[in-house]
Amino acid sequence: MARGSDQDLQRILTRRALVLGGAQLVLAGVLGVRLHYLQITEGARYRTLSEKNQFNVELLPAARGRIFDRQGRPLATNRENFRIIVIAEQTGDLAATLQRLHRLIPLPEYEIERIMHDASEKRGFVPIQVVENLTREDIARVAVQTPSLPGIRLETGHSRHYPFAASAVHVTGYVAPVWPSEQTGDPTLELPGFRIGKSGIEKSYDIDMRGESGRRQIEVNAVGRTIRKLPGVAGAPGRDVILTVDAELQEQVSIRLERGQSRPIPADSREARRALSAVRAPDLGVAGTRGLVNLDHTGAVAVPESGAAIVMDIYRGDILALASTPGFDPNAFNKGLTPRDWDRVLANPRSPMSNKAIAGRYAPGSTFKPMVCLAALADGVAPDERVYCPGHMELGDGLFHCWNRHGHGWVDMFDALEQSCDVYFYEMAKRLDIDRIAEMARRFGFGEELGIELPGERNGLVPSEEWKLANTGEGWQEGETVISAIGQGYLLATPLQMVTMMARLANRGRAVVPNLTRDPSESGGRFRNLGIPYEHLSIVMEGLHRAVNGRRATGGVLRSPRYGFEIAGKTGSVQVRRITREERLRGTVANEDRPWHERDHALFVGVAPADQPLYAAAVVVEHGGSGGRMAAPIAGDILAETIRHNFGGHPPTVPLPVISRRDGRPT
Amino acid sequence: MTRLPVPGRDLEPERPGLYQKIEQLNWGLIALLIVIASIGCATLYSAGRGAWEPWALQQMIRFAVGLLLVFVIALVDIRVLLACAYPAYAVTLILIIAVEFVGETGMGARRWIDFGVLQVQPSELMKIVLVLVLARHFHGMTHERIGRPEELVLPLVLVLVPVILIFRQPDLGTAAMILLGCGVMFFLAGVRLWKFALVLLMMVASVPIVWSMLDTYQKNRILTFVNPESDLLGTGYHIMQSKIALGSGGLFGKGFLQGSQSHLNFLPEKQTDFAFTMFAEEFGLVGALFLLMLFMLVVAYGLAIGLRASSQFARLLALGAGVTVFLYVFVNVAMVTELIPVVGAPLPLISYGGTAMLTFLIAIGFMVSAHVHRDVQIGRDTMAGF
Repeated sequence: MARGSDQDLQRILTRRALVLGGAQLVLAGVLGVRLHYLQITEGARYRTLSEKNQFNVELLPAARGRIFDRQGRPLATNRENFRIIVIAEQTGDLAATLQRLHRLIPLPEYEIERIMHDASEKRGFVPIQVVENLTREDIARVAVQTPSLPGIRLETGHSRHYPFAASAVHVTGYVAPVWPSEQTGDPTLELPGFRIGKSGIEKSYDIDMRGESGRRQIEVNAVGRTIRKLPGVAGAPGRDVILTVDAELQEQVSIRLERGQSRPIPADSREARRALSAVRAPDLGVAGTRGLVNLDHTGAVAVPESGAAIVMDIYRGDILALASTPGFDPNAFNKGLTPRDWDRVLANPRSPMSNKAIAGRYAPGSTFKPMVCLAALADGVAPDERVYCPGHMELGDGLFHCWNRHGHGWVDMFDALEQSCDVYFYEMAKRLDIDRIAEMARRFGFGEELGIELPGERNGLVPSEEWKLANTGEGWQEGETVISAIGQGYLLATPLQMVTMMARLANRGRAVVPNLTRDPSESGGRFRNLGIPYEHLSIVMEGLHRAVNGRRATGGVLRSPRYGFEIAGKTGSVQVRRITREERLRGTVANEDRPWHERDHALFVGVAPADQPLYAAAVVVEHGGSGGRMAAPIAGDILAETIRHNFGGHPPTVPLPVISRRDGRPT
Repeated sequence: MTRLPVPGRDLEPERPGLYQKIEQLNWGLIALLIVIASIGCATLYSAGRGAWEPWALQQMIRFAVGLLLVFVIALVDIRVLLACAYPAYAVTLILIIAVEFVGETGMGARRWIDFGVLQVQPSELMKIVLVLVLARHFHGMTHERIGRPEELVLPLVLVLVPVILIFRQPDLGTAAMILLGCGVMFFLAGVRLWKFALVLLMMVASVPIVWSMLDTYQKNRILTFVNPESDLLGTGYHIMQSKIALGSGGLFGKGFLQGSQSHLNFLPEKQTDFAFTMFAEEFGLVGALFLLMLFMLVVAYGLAIGLRASSQFARLLALGAGVTVFLYVFVNVAMVTELIPVVGAPLPLISYGGTAMLTFLIAIGFMVSAHVHRDVQIGRDTMAGF
């Protein structure tokens, strides 16, 4: 290797490095000169721009998309909203300014505290919202006083309005201010008073419904007053969402569910006034809806029932109504909930904030029996095979009771569904195993999220031998199959799954899924076939028809001709606690005599009209006692209302395309 | 590795031990680094409206970790760096390609890879990795070989492959900066000047082709640069606000935490690309020149270390690292003062951002390493040991 070459290289490098250093110095000098030019030569001009006339980009939030029902009735709209904001550093004395404002518009003490707290945390020029939802009169009163209220600004925005309030809240959801943890860096979210969807459709379609904020440049002077607004970039309004729900039916379902077994009377009647005066906490939602007050059998004001009710089109999967009670008024979040109101909502044992229709998990009880029937039929059990019910069944050391202690005698599958005979299903459970029952249940939608367009859907639970081993470390017991066969034990299902099961039974075994947003491009009925033989479905539907219309039907309260049509369905009464041996010996205590939280859940699933089903309904009343007495009448009335509305729901006239399960393509 | 003794010289001095190396560390440079990083943290503290969250604290932690890396790079034998050049290049190139497939999109371009705890922008890292690779490559070449045009094919490919990939991301600013930095490396290595003239001519000729490959937003940035008033709501807004904020700072600035333009959110991206603007608004021309001087001192260190080192590798490494530092500072400051288009380039240690800081600290590590190992001789073709 040539040393001369190395030296050449080093010499070149040194020379060039010095040239480079010189160039860098010159360029740095250019930067320095440029900085000097901007900060000193032109400094005064920029200082003027900065202090006297500041350019700012104002975000113009888009109008939030509205929510409509299937008939175009609004479920969520925007209203003009006058509000007041304050810029602390312009007030001189914030507390004094707020006191002066307080004389014009009463401000609660905790609101003043909040503003003072915000002001101490934020920088002086960040606007803070003082109060909103003001009337035009309020605004006028403040406007004339502005000279004495430095830093106070009036603004017009939009606030959300829900015409159906609490009765549709678990569908629409609600909007509320953005929490710090929800900030994404999107400046729109940082606007004072901006709201985003927190639950329901408002949450699942939040991004679409927000739209695109417009931007406009404004020139403001030293005191923050806008000098002029320059034309800007228009945003895009949020997307409207059209639901499959019928607002009127939704309201009726909600009111009917809350009423339970109580009796509605006009609120201005003497009886109602006497009952109301005896109520100490008139805020528990008892004030009545539409001028009616519900009285229980003792003549006192009834507490609204806690539960869920869903009506679904069995061919399209359209949800026509989805109620969860008690609800809460989503408009209250706009007016600003007081901490006390908020605590009361959270402390309510009937949990108004939770959407029981999709997130409530209940043992399906006897409403699960059709699944066991189908599993038994698939196993080759003849529907007319009879089982003797002495009122209980022995298995190993255990004694499994029928709900009817005296027994049902000899029953076949139809009798068993009609009278809800537990022993028949215990017997079927002995012949089947849990995995075959579980497989059938999963085909009908149990144990999985059905994908409804609402946040917070739960998947329930369909136990299997594998599941139990993995989760408890113990092997499956035969007795657990037995209690699963009557829908108890580990089984858990949401009301949404129950109504879907009913729809799939009644629509000749199509895997219909519930949907809330109508998509016109999607033609109804294109759901895959569950692969259940038609005659099996017919047998079960016949049994469910008898479970309502039969002589000894548990759902006999709906027996034809109560309405102008017939209903097929199944009741369910679910224990929420174990009945001990001593209690059974003493004789079980009637539901009404137990404390509320120990009473059975009341369930009913059904379809109507029974001869040519169109709509399925599921009703769950938490601690409602008996399914036949509490849930069935509610479901019957709801189905009657649905049919009266006549949504044009017809079974498809063209034969449904048979879709093979494997590849999902029509065959 | 085995080293051939250089003929005509005494046997090499003993390999310096770790302790001697630590003694040899360039503490002046490291102190400079800490001063600059402190200024950066203070700026981010102000950008966070006088709060450690969300930027200042994170930046401080990153710096502390990065400083350890500087020591590691500086203290391992410089021949290890030499040996690592090609593997490091390969890894970075793979990351750049991976960005195409799994990258996170920011500002309309795919640039980041999310590794869970940290997001890496491999194109940024490529700036310093190319310095290493080119130093490694030219170290192995004689003056005569450098003179032959065909010998330049390989280094050109090494440079152009990542540049084209980055250009396609699209990240015009980083691609241009890499091209510039590598051009300087070629220059230092002794490539004949007429070749630069030729390449320059070719580049001018290819402008129309490049223009047609640009995205609308990149075209906009260049057009806006020509006439910023044309688009006051869009891209011109950044520059306009940057100039107002900067200019209103005056000689001594508005004071710490008092930058009204920045705090009122007139200034966009005040914590990243426009952090220098905010600093200059709050500390005025005096502060801005002081910070600029600190950075130029770092560049000067690189120059001095490079000139002093006895191996071509160490020389090119230190000088290349200095160029990388200079380009960062010049491009960012020129951008926020409207000397060049807004290309989206951060100012390391001042702007909030991990990869730029990492790249910067690796560059410092290279400088310190070249200083510590300034007397180490490295043979040209004797890489057998690695």
